[in-house]
Amino acid sequence: MAEPLFTPEEQKKFDAGIAEILSHYPSDRKSAGMLPALRLLQDLKGWLPPDGLRLVAKSLEVTPERAYEVASFYVMYHLKKPGKYVIDVCTNLSCSLWGAEKMLAYLEQKLGLTAGETNDKFTLRETECLASCGTAPCLQINEDHHERLTQAKLDAILARLS
Amino acid sequence: MASTAKTVEAVISAAWGKPQSWTLDSYRSRGGYDGLKRALSMEPAAIIDEVKKSNLRGRGGAGFPTGMKWSFVPKDSPKPKYLAVNGDESEPGTFKDRYILENDPHMMLEGIAIASYALGVHTCYVYLRGEFKFQAERTQAAIDEAYKAGIFGKSLMGKEGFALDCFLVRGAGAYICGEETALLESLEGKKGWPRLKPPFPAVVGLFGCPTVVNNVETLASVPPILAKGADWYAKLGTDKSGGTHLVCLSGSVNRPGVYEVGMHTTILELIHDDKYGQGMPKGRKVKAVIPGGSSAPVLGADELDVALEFEALKMKQTMAGSGGVIVMDDATCMVRSLWRVARFYAEESCGQCTPCREGTPWQTRLLRKIEEGRAEMSDIDMLSNVASSIAPYPPIGLGNTICALGDAAALPTHSFLMRFRDEFEAHVREHRCPYGDHPWGSFGDWS
Ligand SMILES: Cc1cc2nc3c(=O)[nH]c(=O)nc-3n(C[C@H](O)[C@H](O)[C@H](O)COP(=O)(O)O)c2cc1C
Ligand code: SF4
Ligand code: FES
Repeated sequence: MAEPLFTPEEQKKFDAGIAEILSHYPSDRKSAGMLPALRLLQDLKGWLPPDGLRLVAKSLEVTPERAYEVASFYVMYHLKKPGKYVIDVCTNLSCSLWGAEKMLAYLEQKLGLTAGETNDKFTLRETECLASCGTAPCLQINEDHHERLTQAKLDAILARLS
Repeated sequence: MASTAKTVEAVISAAWGKPQSWTLDSYRSRGGYDGLKRALSMEPAAIIDEVKKSNLRGRGGAGFPTGMKWSFVPKDSPKPKYLAVNGDESEPGTFKDRYILENDPHMMLEGIAIASYALGVHTCYVYLRGEFKFQAERTQAAIDEAYKAGIFGKSLMGKEGFALDCFLVRGAGAYICGEETALLESLEGKKGWPRLKPPFPAVVGLFGCPTVVNNVETLASVPPILAKGADWYAKLGTDKSGGTHLVCLSGSVNRPGVYEVGMHTTILELIHDDKYGQGMPKGRKVKAVIPGGSSAPVLGADELDVALEFEALKMKQTMAGSGGVIVMDDATCMVRSLWRVARFYAEESCGQCTPCREGTPWQTRLLRKIEEGRAEMSDIDMLSNVASSIAPYPPIGLGNTICALGDAAALPTHSFLMRFRDEFEAHVREHRCPYGDHPWGSFGDWS
């Protein structure tokens, strides 16, 4: 038999989360909860497995195709299982003016990955402006934000990731 | 340059950096929610008039007069009305709203309360870009405090019979969701595809109901207007644009950051004054400045004695946009810079309109070819033609597309070519980038 999607603990969190989300919208607009519901699923599982997408769709009374359509539009949703650490490096203009392209090249070399690739531990991605242009260069690791990065600072951050 | 710029009264950023500035206690100790108190003693129509008189203009990009936008909401609509707060903050070069959310979220929440009361709104959604994790936590904590203190909830700060709910929603990584109708689609749980306008959101918005969409900074500017009066606020600014505003300084300048400036403050002052940017890196000069987020047409070094204000920048065929001022020094490659900007718009196009869907990657391919020294002179003309087919220029606003992302993608191309064509031609002539491996100016070599 296939593994169940959720542990009992996760199931409880999911059900409570969906109930909270739905309470924010008119009762005939359940589907409006799609973005928060997908986030809830991703927070629980680390990505959006197909079973989970079907469950979200069912909870919001829409088709699974609709859930997939939304999930695939937004870059922060993972339709494939990412590495344990997702590193998003901003290389937009203001950051590149503070060395972001060089910082990305350093990371690629250090992690042995090209931007866009995943190994067991890391997913490395190039991303767009993260609203830290005044404290460039910057990146996010699993949505935690790091700014004003130097090579020494970046090395120290990476050393803490086990 | 020593500080010679006229001192500007801090209206929005006054509490930033003070201990616990983000808490309700701190906000109240500074007169927080006094504006709401006054508003609740007024007729809703009088509040809208007050905001009109203040000359507050939207800080999200278009600079639309806020009071006027509010007056477009039908008064006798049988449908519920909504307020949607635009905290998507994704225009490259823009990072001001996050400082409001981090340092003084109650200022925005009070603005939400005043706007909702004036408009007859009982549900507000605050839409923050998905990457704002910390900012979302801070804002949610402030919302929770406001509920607990009886500001939000069943009776708006004690106003019997006027309920106000405020919900925070996080996006999930899509620049286009900052466009107001795409934001509404996203709030409805869909992909962020902009809607054709008209109808405008004020009439047909969220769930088909009248909806006001306002930027975070716009709403944070409302409480002081109510607390201290429209005349005071209007007088801080120019005839057509009231108050002070936040600008985001980034790129090749010694002290990047968010600064609260007057409508009279010039780009030169922002870059050089000791209160602000503290000048250019040693031995370097300004080459180019993008004054209002990466979609705003670029200005050359001889065009910078201009106020960072809607009307003044419009006279120069550019725009104040979202307040993102990006500085490039004379060691920066303009082709490389434009290529990066063009890639962004190609990446973020939603794909609904052909000129935008096809034109934005085409621009990117041509720019890459030029930067890599593989282009002919005719490619430069082709680039100009592609940009014109998305949106001609000047003036601004002639786009052929559903939303203004098309314009945003074409305006940089037009303006870079207009002001720096010689650099594009040098790439073609020399079959290489004249800046070699160092295209990013004086801070571009990371270590
Ligand atoms: C492509 C595009 C992206 C936009 N992004 C933002 C944004 O991130 N934040 C914002 O407040 N407004 C953004 N806007 C402007 C909004 O459409 C809208 O004008 C604004 O939220 C209105 O608020 P205001 O009147 O308070 O300025 C964007 C517009 C376009 C065309
Ligand atoms: S202009 Fe571009 S982003 Fe805007 S609706 Fe058309 S395709 Fe989408
Ligand atoms: S350009 Fe990198 S955060 Fe804005």
